[in-house]
This record gives sequence, C-alpha cells and structure tokens, in this order.
Amino acid sequence: MIFDTTPSQTVGPYFAIGMPFPSGPFAVADDAPGAIRITGTVYDGAGTPVPDSLIETWQADADGRFADLHGYGGDSEGSGFRGFARCGQEDGDGSFELVTVKPGAVPGPGTTMQAPHIDVSVFARGMLHRCVTRIYFADEADANAGDPVLATVPADRRETLLAQPTDGGYRFDIHLQGPGETVFFDL
Amino acid sequence: MTTSEERTIYDPVSETPTSYKREPAGAHPPMDYEGYKSTALRHPKQPLVYLPQTITEITGPQLGGLAGESDNDLTVQHEGLPIGERIIVSGRVFDTEGKPLRSTLVEIWQANAGGRYRHKWDRWPADLDPNFSGAGRCVTDDDGRYTFTTIKPGPYPWGNHYNAWRPAHVHFSLLGRAFAQRLVTQMYFPGDPLFPYDPIFNSVRDEKARERLISRFSIHDTIPNWALAYEFDIYLRGPGQTPFEEAH
Repeated sequence: MIFDTTPSQTVGPYFAIGMPFPSGPFAVADDAPGAIRITGTVYDGAGTPVPDSLIETWQADADGRFADLHGYGGDSEGSGFRGFARCGQEDGDGSFELVTVKPGAVPGPGTTMQAPHIDVSVFARGMLHRCVTRIYFADEADANAGDPVLATVPADRRETLLAQPTDGGYRFDIHLQGPGETVFFDL
Repeated sequence: MTTSEERTIYDPVSETPTSYKREPAGAHPPMDYEGYKSTALRHPKQPLVYLPQTITEITGPQLGGLAGESDNDLTVQHEGLPIGERIIVSGRVFDTEGKPLRSTLVEIWQANAGGRYRHKWDRWPADLDPNFSGAGRCVTDDDGRYTFTTIKPGPYPWGNHYNAWRPAHVHFSLLGRAFAQRLVTQMYFPGDPLFPYDPIFNSVRDEKARERLISRFSIHDTIPNWALAYEFDIYLRGPGQTPFEEAH
C-alpha cells in the first residue's frame, strides 16, 4: 500500500521558541581547520529582509564525505564535522551566519562530478513549503563549469547560486522573489 | 526476507532510499496562496529548476542527540505545572511505503493554553505562563513512534484579515533521514470550528490531504486520571524507483 505524504505548513510565526539550538549555526566546530563563515540575508520580493526566516544547510566535508547513515566516503575526519547548520532567530534583520568548511567535490548523476556545493532549505512565515537552493562558490570557476546541476540552470541566473568571497568566508544572499530572484530547485 | 525490489529502493547500509519519489502537484500547498497574504512577496515567481537527486539530497544529518531525555515532556520544564489541559500527542512516522522511520528527530513548538507564544514579538493579550515554554524534541523509536506530553494550545487572532483566528495547532518539524525527506507542518485538533476560516489550513487544497493534518482523539492512549491523548501519524516522502536519477 502506498500512502500520501503529510502536507507542509508554514514554519511561522515564532518558530524561534523551538527550532534554534546553541550549536545550530555550526556545521563544523568554530575552531576546525579551514573553517569559514557564510553570511547572508533573506530578502522578500520588495527587497525587504525577512526577519522570520530560517535556513538549514547540508553538505559534504572537505574530502567529499557525508556525516550520515549512508557512511558515504567513510567517516569524516574533520574536527567536529556535522555538515548540517540551522540559522534563524527571528531577531529582526533577516541575516544569517553559519560556520562550515568548503565541501569537496562529490559524484553527480552518471559519471559526472559535482562542484563544491551546499544544499539549502529556506523556511519562513509566509512560506507554506520550504524552498530548496544550493550554494556554489564563485572562486571555483573550473569546477562550476563542469557541474551537471549548474549546467541545467539558465546561464543568466547562475550568478544567484554563487557565494562571493569575503574576508574569512563568503556572502550568499537569498532573494525569494523579484530582481535577482535566487534559483530554487524542484527536488 | 527481502525482495529484490526492496533491495533496489533502500540502501542496504543506511536502510534509507537511494532516491525519493517526486511528489505530485497538490501534495503540498501552493507557495503563492491568495488567502494567506504573507505569501505574496515570499514565493518564487521564476520556474523551479529540476534537481537530480544526488548523494547530497539522499543523505541527511543525524541529529537525534539534540533531544534530551525529558525534552518530550513540555509540562515538566519549570517548577510548577503549566496552566491548561494536559494532553499526550503521539504517533508514528512512516515513509509513503509504510516503512516506519526510526531515529528521526521530531521537534514541536506551540502557543500556551491562552494562545500566546513565548516570543518577544507576540503581543496577543493572553498571559504568558511561567511554567510553559512551549517547545519539545524527541527521536522516533524502532517503530517510528514519538510521544510528547504537552498542554492543549489555545486559538489566537492574527492580522491576515478581519476577525482572523488560527485554529489550535502544534508546529512539527521532522528532519527525516535525508535532505529530500525534510518536512515542517502543523498538527490540528479534531472538530475545530475555525477550520473553514483558516487560510493556512485551507492552503492545502485537497480535502483528504487536509484531513491528514488533523490528529485523532485516542481513548486507547488516554491516561486515566491524567491526560487525554491525540494521535498524529506523519508520512514523509518514500523511495523512488531507481537507485540514482539521471539529470534531464
């Protein structure tokens, strides 16, 4: 027998009473070798920050291993590597900052290899279902050029998936709608 | 005894699917729903891009350690008992094949008995309850079962339209066992008179799908002289047919 899924509902309002936890923004330990900060802001279609937004990220470690049940690639040797981060405090400015390492390349469909990327779920009050996007890295031009997923994204929108280098990390803003709308995926 | 088909769709090491079934249109609410005004500026207008399910999507974090031993009892987090009707909320988490999902993190949060959330932005003039924070966590057992003890939340007004009230609800977050299996939803109580008027509940357009958001009263799980029980089973996406999907 095949069952139907339970439908999604909005995360808001006031998810901050239940969802955040102290180590949430740390996909790796703060002092892990190669730790970087990825900062950004979630904007709505009017260009206004979305203060009641929540983002979650999931990624491989620097060697392309996942800290999950599949044990893909073997146990991560990264210091305190979890690969998952959750950011969102409903505290007013719609910004997030997570601490992680740049992931390694991992296999894609068929014989392809994927460029370093981080999967992202975006939730907010006013969103009845999550939106899924990916963070790629602007300074990985060669790997990005061969990425099988980026190849399917309209060329004039790929820029929205590229985190831009900053001091100590990267910046990745998310535009739910409007000019520069972030590419979201059908998963 | 495992059939070859089961071996194909569930990874032998992780016992999780090697791909997830694409969900039919209407399985979830539309991102742009006129009745719920806040969706207007918060939904993508560009078409979604098809994402093949790669290793990144079929894997997921293991966060069971987040749930402390008594985190599933929202009535014992403070010195005194919270005000309101103590209830048990329990159920099982399955995938759409009916396979129980064990070791899955379940997180809940909710308003108190007066419909007030413990959040600085909630200005609804119902008192905060010093004995109720309104958040809990637990991990499903080998049968996919979770159990919470909490207080029945109250309905509360909101600004979506004139005389708008949310039916009583408990927010649920399920991590699932893969990035592709993530779900955030809300659980409602049977027979709520506010159902016809709530655009969030009614954003799920299919009546049968809406019913899956409503818990059932359970005399079986009700604890004599202690707490009424509500049962809420949750179904997350199940496996697709092939180990890895090709991009197309």
